[in-house]
Amino acid sequence: MSLHTLSVLVEDKPGVLTRVAGLFAARGFNIDSLAVGPTEEPGLSRMTIVVNVEKKPLEQVTKQLNRLINVIKVLEHEPAEAVERELALIKVRAEGDARARVLEICEVFRVRVLDVTHRTITIEGTGTPEKLEALTELLRDFGIVELARTGRVALARGDRGIRERAGRRLAAGGEGTSEWTGGGV
Amino acid sequence: MKVTGAQALFKALEGEGVDVVFGIPGGAILPAYDPLIDSSIRHVLNRHEQGAGHAAEGYAWATGRVGVCMATSGPGGCNLVTALADAKMDSVPVVAITGQVPTPVVGNDAFQEADITGITMPVTKHNFLVTNASEVAETIRQAFHISSTGRPGPVLVDIPKDVLLQEATWRWPETVDLPGYRPTTKGNLKQVREAVKLILESKRPVLYVGGGVIKADAWKELFELATEGRLPVVTTLMARGAFPDTHELALGMPGMHGGYTAVTAMQRADLLVALAARFDDRVTGQLATFAPNAKIVHADIDPAEIGKNRVADVPIVGDAKDVISKMAAELRRRQEELGGPPDRSEWLATLKAWQEKYPYQYEQPEDGPLKPQFAIQRLYELTKGDAIVVAGVGQHQMWASQFWQFTEPRTWVNSGGLGTMGFAVPAALGAKTGRPDRRVVAIDGDGCFQMTAQELATSTTEKIPFVTAIINNAYLGMVRQWQELFYNERYSQVYLSHDTPDYVKLAEAYGAVGLRAEHPDEVDAVIEKALSVEDRSVVIDFRCDPKEMCFPMVAAGTSNDDIILGPGGIRPTEDPAEAPIA
Repeated sequence: MSLHTLSVLVEDKPGVLTRVAGLFAARGFNIDSLAVGPTEEPGLSRMTIVVNVEKKPLEQVTKQLNRLINVIKVLEHEPAEAVERELALIKVRAEGDARARVLEICEVFRVRVLDVTHRTITIEGTGTPEKLEALTELLRDFGIVELARTGRVALARGDRGIRERAGRRLAAGGEGTSEWTGGGV
Repeated sequence: MKVTGAQALFKALEGEGVDVVFGIPGGAILPAYDPLIDSSIRHVLNRHEQGAGHAAEGYAWATGRVGVCMATSGPGGCNLVTALADAKMDSVPVVAITGQVPTPVVGNDAFQEADITGITMPVTKHNFLVTNASEVAETIRQAFHISSTGRPGPVLVDIPKDVLLQEATWRWPETVDLPGYRPTTKGNLKQVREAVKLILESKRPVLYVGGGVIKADAWKELFELATEGRLPVVTTLMARGAFPDTHELALGMPGMHGGYTAVTAMQRADLLVALAARFDDRVTGQLATFAPNAKIVHADIDPAEIGKNRVADVPIVGDAKDVISKMAAELRRRQEELGGPPDRSEWLATLKAWQEKYPYQYEQPEDGPLKPQFAIQRLYELTKGDAIVVAGVGQHQMWASQFWQFTEPRTWVNSGGLGTMGFAVPAALGAKTGRPDRRVVAIDGDGCFQMTAQELATSTTEKIPFVTAIINNAYLGMVRQWQELFYNERYSQVYLSHDTPDYVKLAEAYGAVGLRAEHPDEVDAVIEKALSVEDRSVVIDFRCDPKEMCFPMVAAGTSNDDIILGPGGIRPTEDPAEAPIA
């Protein structure tokens, strides 16, 4: 098993999230993270899905995603060719001596403090998932009261946007193809 | 012009060229049934929504046009689910229209409320919930477009009652704009050339033809390809009639109950050209040992089918008509250069020898009991094969496919992928509605028949006559067969009885003609009588031998090489895996 990041460009219609999530659920694939939001184009949303699965079954899901009428484009990101970010809000215990040490960690990680009480500090951390893991791990020693993460978002490196990517044509059948256009059967 | 959502619905259906809708009214769909009175569209009043769904499927199978069914909210829509799942599995173009509770109470557990778009999401190609009367026409247009193009399938349109009553300006969209739906229909010529190269190199080719060839109206192109290249053809359960069974290159049906020659030809082939087929487990048997020496050309309009079960050496995405016609043209061009197809006389001779040695077999003792195969064979012979044949699911379905010689497309209608018992009677109703010019014969099981027999009432009141031949073996026959073979003859919950219900009386109660044959010598007279009735439906109760089993058989999960030819585990005299090949 390995983690794969998919960007899925969809029409902003009711039920589209259920349709996409349903395809993963029907095959017993666990979605590691899922982030949805509007895009540069009104009426289109972009989902970033991180899924833990082998390459071959993932390819079947990618094809199935393309069959969905509301899915415009599916792109699997190669890790080296994408920028990925995630945001985490972390409320951590910080009483007495601990406070200075927590703030020190915030300094080192260059993360922002959003809220301070007598007993806790709430931190906004942005970065790669690995950075957030490291930050969380250090803060765990002080006692994390609660934590929320947005899930990963990703863009491919380079000039082109997801809609301009020509993608290899489906006509060849697409074994091993990671990029799809058109969609629908 | 202002129209209500309900009026817009029927104007849109008329705009799509719909001539008949199968359905049952109810609370939430009530507003739609009023403009129906003024519409040119015929409504067939079914007796169960599942019947309406299967009728729409039967109509689509027999005509190639989109079948339409309509039901109310809640239980109405829920009763359509089996038919929609069936249509999804067999890629049948169906549009279902359901009423929904009024928008303000959606999600409130209102009377007869069910989240039908949620429920049918996995069993439809797509579905819609219409939230404004101004969207009705456009949604219907999109639903028909999605259902009938690309890989066809069922589409459901759910319309709340208040939307049906709302007024909006009528607008008929000239074009359909679905940015996420652009099926690849044109086959890549480079890939086609690769495929033809493999065909010309092949010593033992087989064309593995699936149901998509019929859906794409590609049988003429297929005939050209097969005859041009002298390529033997197997037609799957979904593709019966795509290539004439009477042709010398026809090997018949492959699969779990397919013929020895069709099954073994695929096993021994060095090339399978899969045309709009999907390597279903009922065809491949144990996947790891399926056609072990064959290279694979796989053409399908659905990219998700390619490489799903078997890796393709030459994948081609495209519409079967386009791909096969390009393939035939390229093959002709290359063969002209080469001076004809390669010499494959040994392969063709081997296949012919198998066909002669291992035909479908049964024995009809003169004094009975009546064998199901005999009844079906006589039905075929006395109709001269001139009928649209509809089957349910089980032994009778396999025997019908085995003993009927199909020579035309769209003359075989059955439930393949989902295996829906109860399919035949309502599907026959739908087929006859779509093709009133043709005789329609349903070959059904006694178990199947009892699941949807009420549609005989629809047949009588709507004057849509067809013949139903019940292969009455008093059992859920296929399950019984498995219990006999694989569960030590421990029969569990499979006995139905020959005479409950009395099928003749039941037929008469529904206004149909009821006939019965218990002995082989009664069969012809009963069939002739049935064929002489044209104004009413006929039900024939063929009381058959409960012990007769369906062979050949490849047991589930085993290799196609382990094909069993008859009772007692009869095997071919030679090991198919070592059968002589050219």
